[in-house]
Amino acid sequence: MFARFPSIHPRLRLALTMAAISTLFLFGLQMPVGAQTTPAESLTVYSGRSAGLIGPILDQFTAETGVQVLVRYGGTAEMAATILEEGDNSPADIFIAQDAGALGALADAGRLIPLPSDVLERVPAAYASRDGLWVGLSGRARVLIYNTGLVSEAELPASILDLTDPRWQGQIAWAPANGSFQANVTAMRLLIGEDATRQWLSDMVANGAIAYDSNDTIVQAVAGGEVAAGLVNHYYLYEFLAQDPDLPIALHYFAPGDPGALINVAGAGVLNSSDQPGLAQRLILYLLGQQAQQYFAETTYEYPLVANIPTARGIRPLDEITGPAIDLSDLSDLQATLDLLHDTGALP
Amino acid sequence: MHTDRFLRIPAIYRALEWATGLHTAPASRRPLNLLTWFVAGIAALALLPSGYLVLRALGTDADELADLLDGRTLTVIGNSVALVSAVTVTAALIGVPFAWLITRTNLPFRRLWLIGGALPLVIPSYIGALTYIAAFGPRGLLQQALAPLGVVALPSIYGFFGAWGTLTLFTYPYVLLNVRSALLNMDPALEETAHSLGVGPGAVFRRLTLPQLRPALAGGMLFAALYTLGDFGAVSLMRYNAFTRAIFLQYTGSFDRHRAAVLSLVLAGLTLSLLILEQRANLRRNYRAGGAGAPRPIRPIALRGWKFPALLFCGSVVALGLLTPVGVLIAWMFQGIRAGMPFLADSLFRPLLNGIGISAATAVAVSLLAVPLAILTVRSPSALHRWLVNLTYLNSGLPGLVVALALVFFAANLLPELYQSFPILVYGYAVRFLPLGISAVRSTLGQITPRYEEAARSLGLRPWQVTMRITAPLVRTGALGGMALVFLSVMKELPITILLAPTGFETLATKIWTAQNEAAFTQIGAPALLLIVASALSLPLILEMHLSR
Repeated sequence: MFARFPSIHPRLRLALTMAAISTLFLFGLQMPVGAQTTPAESLTVYSGRSAGLIGPILDQFTAETGVQVLVRYGGTAEMAATILEEGDNSPADIFIAQDAGALGALADAGRLIPLPSDVLERVPAAYASRDGLWVGLSGRARVLIYNTGLVSEAELPASILDLTDPRWQGQIAWAPANGSFQANVTAMRLLIGEDATRQWLSDMVANGAIAYDSNDTIVQAVAGGEVAAGLVNHYYLYEFLAQDPDLPIALHYFAPGDPGALINVAGAGVLNSSDQPGLAQRLILYLLGQQAQQYFAETTYEYPLVANIPTARGIRPLDEITGPAIDLSDLSDLQATLDLLHDTGALP
Repeated sequence: MHTDRFLRIPAIYRALEWATGLHTAPASRRPLNLLTWFVAGIAALALLPSGYLVLRALGTDADELADLLDGRTLTVIGNSVALVSAVTVTAALIGVPFAWLITRTNLPFRRLWLIGGALPLVIPSYIGALTYIAAFGPRGLLQQALAPLGVVALPSIYGFFGAWGTLTLFTYPYVLLNVRSALLNMDPALEETAHSLGVGPGAVFRRLTLPQLRPALAGGMLFAALYTLGDFGAVSLMRYNAFTRAIFLQYTGSFDRHRAAVLSLVLAGLTLSLLILEQRANLRRNYRAGGAGAPRPIRPIALRGWKFPALLFCGSVVALGLLTPVGVLIAWMFQGIRAGMPFLADSLFRPLLNGIGISAATAVAVSLLAVPLAILTVRSPSALHRWLVNLTYLNSGLPGLVVALALVFFAANLLPELYQSFPILVYGYAVRFLPLGISAVRSTLGQITPRYEEAARSLGLRPWQVTMRITAPLVRTGALGGMALVFLSVMKELPITILLAPTGFETLATKIWTAQNEAAFTQIGAPALLLIVASALSLPLILEMHLSR
């Protein structure tokens, strides 16, 4: 057994090993990370919105202002939890979230500072926090996506509440684990009350609604004819059509003011731990500028929230749809929604 | 010594005695103070995440707690226990025959089967699950291929079945590798004697080989179980309501860290019971060779008529575990190329180097900790040491997100200067993957007779000299194999990277995650294949792991 090792002197072997180890360590520790040279001004952004959907606009900001933007990308919920754990030592200046609920959770924890009125006034009051703690950057409407080969627009109900009709038994896809859907249920609780929402959820389950994990998989299933229709955010349709224009899918908007016609936002807020709130607000103002808003409208097919920016071609404009009368700041009682989804069996 | 006093508390003493199955010598008489402190220090570092969970769980009020620990949670526990049992048993049912066929029989292409059978280890479960959905899901490749035959729908892949299949195919290699090494290390004389006495191959396997494989099998099954328990990618993509998914839902659904912590603590409890089970399976069964044994390969068993079924078995395992995922990824990559994307984008180069660098650094750090810890637990009779080391296994059964958030909390608040730096990132990885290193060294050492060390000591070497000059070189293959396992685990790790890496630090895993998030499947192919190839380079070290002859 020892015959395998005697060729190298033990001490030499030890030295070689140590050298190899330290080289590896140095290699590991000296990897440059973009942030090696700290310029005069830099901002740290935690983004729940992924790199392909906001990175180019942040680069543009750097090019125009010289302010370096360091971005940490992650899921919206993970980023919110991280900020809550970091407390006052958070290195982040700005939090960009995919939904109002996450911003509301940080606002409730006292982690966001009020935005100045020139930022808030860029968007209609309905798309910003009541207390001015966060602002929407882009809008997303809840819709029913349907397979044009399986159903016609005329057949589809005017209200989300009518999806419990036996006509739709086993034909509707939904995503009870998805944040956008859960926000819609929270809105529904405020609009029609706890009991009616519970009833609707139970009836949907009884009517054989099919659970998917995300909006993407629902659109895929509807496009493939696996289900007739599904509850999603509006922009997914356009992302899929951009890859394959022949897919047999279309959007159905519920009647104005219907609980199913919620318009939610992706938004941003400045953290109370930021040591340069002024600069952070400047970045948010930039994201509400014409260029950024156009970028959101055209690359992600979301609704621009600033006046006079056109919606991408083919999308029904925001001023032609009417969401239910609801304050997005009220969508923060999330635990009750989660409990309701569990109780009714919508979530296992 | 405090530890002694602790052990003298009768309840604790008995509990330890039961759990370890050993009659703990009351207060080991050897002066191991320094070592005890070393082990205790590492265990404390590894227990930080659990400490965080307790801290957070304390923030839950009684009503919430009652609410949480209701029937629903019991159902989720049931789901996880069912999944872990099914995966672990199936992994053993695949891993043991596979290992036996490639070490004991005249099966053709044994080397090829070994490599093909071990490689699924380098495929992250979240990528694997995606490719299985593409292949076997509704309107997947299989259904499309069968469509001309009138097949309109396949049985659903979602739920228990999909999670079970996926996790089995990516965890059976733990069993395969462990059992293979044990088979190769076994003294061939025993089996040859049995054969010469007229005992058939089946009976030899059942009565002689299998009992000797028990520790290796239990070790491999433990890792399959821990991986399954802490996995989030596969269970969420397959929509199976396991514990990790319930914990994640609590974060995403309500941003409630207290409830998530309570659920995670229950998960830690499940992990602890797995550890106890594994310990009990290993009781008083230290089958190390009495001497060197005959240093020659055993004569292979002729398969004869069984050759075809054996080839079919190995072939289907490799086809499902390796060729299907890789095939789907290649298809995605070509779709991307057809859509005008470059074969390998330049933007993948930096993430590749980042991943290799940080994974190698973690592998070195883990081995520096794992070798002394493993030597200590195998060669020291102290049950206390063994259990302190076992406690470091707790993090392997927790979801990566929970471990990462715990370290975010401690680092940001106690070590703000180091927060989001490489040392903390390596610490985060190490704390999760330390058990892989420890177990690799531990099983190598378990097969080496302590007589070498005893002889060296009797020749006048001091204990530390014996460790440096005799024991450490002997466990070299185990340490390297453990390093390779840690390396490929870090290569595919996601939540710890996202939360703890310096801002702007990208790896192939985060690249894949981004593409998946944007539903850009064509952009998953190239980085995923690159990740698999880079991780596969560590395979030779893993195959050499704890082969003592």
